[in-house]
Amino acid sequence: MRLVIPLAITFVTGMIMVLHFFVPHQPIKFLGDNLQEWYMIVASAAIFLGALNLMHVHLRKIKLKLKNWKYSPITIIGFLLMLVTGLIYGVTEGKPFDFMFMNLVAPMGATMFSLLAFFVASAAFRAFRASNWRATLLLTAAFIVMLGQVPIGAMIWDKIPLAKVWLMSIPNTAGQRAVMIGAAMGVVSTSLRMIFGIERSYLGGTD
Amino acid sequence: MNWEILGIWLGALVTLCLYSFLYRDNPFYKFAEHLFVGMSAGYWVIYTIENVLKPNWWQQMFPEGGGFNWVWVIPGIFALFMLARIIPKIAGLSRMALGMIIGAGAGLNMVAFFQTNAMAQVKGTILSLSSGGVWDIFSNIVLVVGVVSGLVYFFFSKAHTGIFGKAANVGITILMIAFGASFGYTIMARISLLIGRCQFLLEDWLPTIPRLLGLGG
Repeated sequence: MRLVIPLAITFVTGMIMVLHFFVPHQPIKFLGDNLQEWYMIVASAAIFLGALNLMHVHLRKIKLKLKNWKYSPITIIGFLLMLVTGLIYGVTEGKPFDFMFMNLVAPMGATMFSLLAFFVASAAFRAFRASNWRATLLLTAAFIVMLGQVPIGAMIWDKIPLAKVWLMSIPNTAGQRAVMIGAAMGVVSTSLRMIFGIERSYLGGTD
Repeated sequence: MNWEILGIWLGALVTLCLYSFLYRDNPFYKFAEHLFVGMSAGYWVIYTIENVLKPNWWQQMFPEGGGFNWVWVIPGIFALFMLARIIPKIAGLSRMALGMIIGAGAGLNMVAFFQTNAMAQVKGTILSLSSGGVWDIFSNIVLVVGVVSGLVYFFFSKAHTGIFGKAANVGITILMIAFGASFGYTIMARISLLIGRCQFLLEDWLPTIPRLLGLGG
């Protein structure tokens, strides 16, 4: 019984959105347009839930003095700094929130992602082996694309950048398209299962 | 010291703290990591308030011309239901909000994905195999054969034997090239970020040191 109302809500909202696409007339249009905005509003509450959970986890770490608890106040202070400055001074250019975003959050984000270059390269060095001809193809394709992206590639052979463009626009597109079409079929079938209440694991129930 | 130099120094310090992880895990990295998590969470909360809740909810509920649009109370209640998850006694209410998000999301994504990721991709694969130069024809054949054989590889309802198996083998080959190309491209994107950070340290941060020490500049 505890699942009936949520499943009914899922069915009604899902059907309204599907009908909204195929029947762009009133009253479905009105319901669909509003539901799209409602969806964004309710989904945004998940961000607040995540932030509250983050605070809960770190406050608990401090309270119980769990491993690395000494760093938890830094997370809490960082969160509160952004929250308070954003709420009090606003987010326009030149305000404290913008200053902290431009000089702390953005550099840290870029640095974190650039760190991945080392880890991906290191993992690839350990995992990739030209053990068979298909693995060799993968390695060769990666090598050509990397060389084609930098000036040294054209200095070695002027056809390398052209090979890179061809690899990206033909075999890569073909592979990605196959994956995308397959994924789209998966999304359609999973969405139908959710709308009709066959898939209900997201509600904590059994499938 | 002005705000610009303070900003550069803050950016440089957190960058160096994070790069210290290349040596090994250490307190400087942990400091920057925890700061990044907290500040990012704060940023996304404010971003959501400013870009989603204010324009799509608050301004709809209280229009500029005055008045109160009660219909917009409903998504607010559902949003509160979502937050009920943190209170164990009423956590069950969050299922209502989840049901709404999942239902609307499924309905919205089902048609959107089918249009953009299935139909548009199929349409883009219907290419002429006779017009253009030899190279164009060859490229189009590779593209069409690659997409079809890639799809055959992902079709698991039939055993990959005989002609079907051979087509699946071609599909694996195309997928390996595609994954290799994507991998190389991703690595280079990360490398460009690394170059950006190095340029920041060398061209923006380092020149401020002599200025701070009063050595000119």
